[in-house]
Amino acid sequence: MDVILEYQGQLLQGTWVTIQLAIFSLMFSVGFGLLGAWAKLSKNLVAQKTAAGYTTIVRGVPDLVLILLVFFGGQELANSIGAVTGLWEYAEISQFAAGVATIGVVFGGYMTETFRGAILSIPKGQIEAGVACGMNRVLIFRRIIGPQMVRYALPGFSNNWLVQIKSTALVSVIGLQDVVYNGFVAGRSTRLLFTFMFAVLMIYLLLTAISDLALRWLDRKYSKGIVVRPDDG
Amino acid sequence: MGESVIQFLETWSPIDVVLIAQNFDRFLLGAWVTLQLTVISLIIGGALAVPLAIARTSKNPIINGPVWMFTYTFRGTPLLVQTYLIYYGLGQFEAVRESVLWGPVLSQAWWCALIAFSLNTAAYTAELLRGSIVNTSRGEVEAAKACGFSSWMRLKRIVLPSAFRRALPAYSNEVIFMLHGSVVASTITIQDLLGVGRWLNGRYYLAYEGFITAAVLYFIIVLMVSRGFRFWEKHWLQHLYPHDAVKVKPKKGLANFRI
Repeated sequence: MDVILEYQGQLLQGTWVTIQLAIFSLMFSVGFGLLGAWAKLSKNLVAQKTAAGYTTIVRGVPDLVLILLVFFGGQELANSIGAVTGLWEYAEISQFAAGVATIGVVFGGYMTETFRGAILSIPKGQIEAGVACGMNRVLIFRRIIGPQMVRYALPGFSNNWLVQIKSTALVSVIGLQDVVYNGFVAGRSTRLLFTFMFAVLMIYLLLTAISDLALRWLDRKYSKGIVVRPDDG
Repeated sequence: MGESVIQFLETWSPIDVVLIAQNFDRFLLGAWVTLQLTVISLIIGGALAVPLAIARTSKNPIINGPVWMFTYTFRGTPLLVQTYLIYYGLGQFEAVRESVLWGPVLSQAWWCALIAFSLNTAAYTAELLRGSIVNTSRGEVEAAKACGFSSWMRLKRIVLPSAFRRALPAYSNEVIFMLHGSVVASTITIQDLLGVGRWLNGRYYLAYEGFITAAVLYFIIVLMVSRGFRFWEKHWLQHLYPHDAVKVKPKKGLANFRI
């Protein structure tokens, strides 16, 4: 325990990096998810197919493979582009940027499915009523679909978010100094890897537990006034 | 003809296809390791999950509590950290290093990955099985009671068979997650599919080839697994699908309004 207190600076710093990584990638994934859901539900065939391809690929390939590909491959690509166009000499992608982008894009695929399902579970009658009242699509989205989507999407969103936080641990593999990396380094130099990895485990557990509580609170807030049918077995 | 194809690829392909082809047997071996790790941990984890799920449905806090702690911890933390904890962490204790298990099992990356993966999937599977056990329709249980089934018989003949079936769609997700999660093995020196990709890139100082090949092969495996599960679901869950006498055609016009 004393050893952990001695290294608490590194651990806390790493935790902060992990939190930032998780929050930035969440913003990306929500953006991609909304875009993807819009494309999947649009009448445009090209948009539909693109979104379908995106979600299939992103959900079919493990995230670590994509993180490595984006980090190493992206660097190479940026340098080749620089060499061909002569715009820059040497480009470097930071581990943080590669992590945020990749995890954001990957979970954008999962969010796409969640948001699409949420939009589809809004009763059609309500949308038809909106059309009958002469609302245009934007207005229908703003007044009818948008607010209810939050409620329908929340369970899936919570699930994705909890998986996403845990996925951020993988970015330590490309050398981002997050909580796993810092914990590992501290553990190796003190020869107390179990102690430090256990501390890291507990930090993640705390992060997911707090998120879980917050999401439950949100769920209660957005389901206010919804009558839940008693179990009719 | 073959020569000219190779020459063409060597000059024009943006990635070194020939090198991938030369090392393809290694990739297949890596895929085999990935499948092995995934399947064995799914079997062990699945076997552990059944009693754990039953324990989780118990109202007795002494039985339910510790199992809840186990599933909560394993579901709330990254698989990478769990694997590190077992592979790098256990050696910290002298008692572990001096035990008989140390040499053949606990100091071996493959076994440590297997233990971590099995425990991880056991936790997830236990929770999803618990969900489907709890959701067994009350009528079925009441009918079994009325027929004089003991609680053990009820579990064995009524609750579990139906719970397994209803858990199948969620379980297919878990299988794919486990397959995805098995890439963690490559971070503790195991030459699984991603491990081979990383090895190739490291050895020839490449940026794309190894990762892209691994990605494509993972994608193919995932596609096959999810196809297989879709077939299974159709087979085992047929009785739960709504079956209309007349197929209803989707209406045209407003009812199909999409944003």
